[in-house]
Amino acid sequence: MGITFRKETFRDDFTFKNSPEHIRRFPFPFHEDSYMYAVNIEPHVLGPKGSVLENLIDVDEHYVAEMQDRALVLAEDPLRCQSLPHMTLAGWDLLELLMEQQAVGYPEHFTLSRDGDKWRWINRPLGIDDSFTFGDVSTLPYGPMEYITRQSQGDFCILDQRDGNLWMDAGMVTTQADWSLDFDIGMNFFEWHAPVPLAHEKGIFTRALKFLTNIQQGKPARRLNWTMTINPRLDTSPENYHKWGPDRATVTPENVGDKVHLRVELQSFWRLPRSNGIVFPIRCYLIKMDELVTQPKWARRLHRVIRDLPDELANYKGLTRYRRTLVEWLSKLDDGSPTSPGFGPD
Amino acid sequence: MSTGTTKLDVVVSDVVPVNELVTRFHFRRRDGQLLPTFSGGAHVVVEMRDGERTRLNPYSLMGSPLDTREYTISVRRDDVGRGGSLFMHRHVRPGMEMVISYPVNLFSLDLRARKHLMLAGGIGITPFMAQTAQLAAEGGNFELHYTCRTASLGTYADVLKDRYDRRVRLYHDDRDERIELDRLLSSQPLGTHLYVCGPSGMIGWVRDRAAALGWPTETVHFEHFAAPQPGAPFDVTLAVSGKTIRVGEQQSLLEAIEAAGVDPPYLCRGGVCGQCETNVIAHDGKFIHNDHWLSEEEHRCGKKIMPCVSRFEGRSLVLER
Repeated sequence: MGITFRKETFRDDFTFKNSPEHIRRFPFPFHEDSYMYAVNIEPHVLGPKGSVLENLIDVDEHYVAEMQDRALVLAEDPLRCQSLPHMTLAGWDLLELLMEQQAVGYPEHFTLSRDGDKWRWINRPLGIDDSFTFGDVSTLPYGPMEYITRQSQGDFCILDQRDGNLWMDAGMVTTQADWSLDFDIGMNFFEWHAPVPLAHEKGIFTRALKFLTNIQQGKPARRLNWTMTINPRLDTSPENYHKWGPDRATVTPENVGDKVHLRVELQSFWRLPRSNGIVFPIRCYLIKMDELVTQPKWARRLHRVIRDLPDELANYKGLTRYRRTLVEWLSKLDDGSPTSPGFGPD
Repeated sequence: MSTGTTKLDVVVSDVVPVNELVTRFHFRRRDGQLLPTFSGGAHVVVEMRDGERTRLNPYSLMGSPLDTREYTISVRRDDVGRGGSLFMHRHVRPGMEMVISYPVNLFSLDLRARKHLMLAGGIGITPFMAQTAQLAAEGGNFELHYTCRTASLGTYADVLKDRYDRRVRLYHDDRDERIELDRLLSSQPLGTHLYVCGPSGMIGWVRDRAAALGWPTETVHFEHFAAPQPGAPFDVTLAVSGKTIRVGEQQSLLEAIEAAGVDPPYLCRGGVCGQCETNVIAHDGKFIHNDHWLSEEEHRCGKKIMPCVSRFEGRSLVLER
């Protein structure tokens, strides 16, 4: 068995799609017919088989293509991966976490063997078989964080914890929803969240920080966040705004189903044992409207959520330009009947 | 969003008297697996089944974070304390099965530091045992100043001297040796971080002098060993669970709440981490706040209490628990 990895692109000809099984496992983020910020954090524990929570670090059919896209982004812009000098130990913590989780979750694809500090890592989908000394940077082709995050889906921010705050001191960020690691590096929790509207006034960040600084080893937590993206583009960074920003003006009633994608981030938070830092994986899932509306409940609910979204939020998420076209298109799939509680399809 | 820690089932693998007051305890996992990796400065909470009573005391891990086959803690016997250390000294024997928490670090090294300057007083040496081991393995730059009452009570002073030689400086009270604090703090290279762990008088002294000499607060790190203070018994109503409890003289409010079958989250049990923060619904009397978590303003306005270390005197107290 094992995953059949798709050959697809997240740029140029945009051949990315989800298989029918992947549509059903999509982490739809709305548990009710409206949306407002909340500190929607819960323990990151295993979920049902066949869901994206079947393993705590999810690997799916897009793995190989996503890693190829990451390599392209890094070749053009090496500053998408940065680690301040005091963060190397945390990089080793992350390498251990991702190797262990991927090897446990997908033994047919990944194998980790450890003998003291002599480690061997086999990544079959990417054709990697490396032996190295844990803790010795000179035995790997990249620093520990870069090495393992070139082989792990999702963006990764490593946060240093000190002075009762969290500091964005390392990260691999190539699949982001319009924020820049190069801009945020070295900032604290309040500084890098400064652009978010409404949430500061609600005291959400103060409470969230208090929770995050108390995350304990062996007890990770998670939350979902969402936005929308035109075309299945992973790299919607400020650095490349000139490439993807204009896409938002290309949405027409005819192409909504193919072009408009719901973009969901499964964000998790883990205490790192040696460095006492926190790693914050941001795993991005994309689904185009044509795929999403194959689940009638999701179609009805998404229509109501986007229609009723406060303008500040719609603006912040960059939906304003095509929101009316999208709502119009979705409205045809909403007969007004009630939706069942919970996230999953009916 | 309760965030207590995961528990570890361990067996006591060794009990070693270190000197007339301090005994060291070794723990291994009952299933033979490795213990979780930890970082220097972390503590575990040890559960003690003392007859009817469960005691939960935090102790710093003092072994090397590089060796997770076993955890070690050192416990100083306190003959007039609340009984946790006496239980450890009198009842804990090799082979005994115990439960401890996952490690939690509230006294972490700042890994940006160019140099780590450590000041220890008495049993406050224990977190530095782990931190110096961690730094030494990475070629880190540290210097340890350790004050103890007498040479024979200088717990691990010999071990530290052997390991780190001139990087360790000892001061004995009975020989009238004192840390020349102002000179020490005035002669450090840029990028030095200061760590202090010991009696609260020592922590206060070091923090005050560091502030007076212009050390930025974010470069001064300290760990209070604040055991709950005994006091007069008092009654409390727990509004959410609908219970009325009495807090005994030697019991903390948190322990009394737990004894009634209500389990607030906790991590440090020493007034530092903020986990057990509890809302006050009504009160008629006076709070005795002993924590380092709530602000002075919060202490004054009487709307919150940290039940792990703080007490109450007066007619009635109603908590949101």
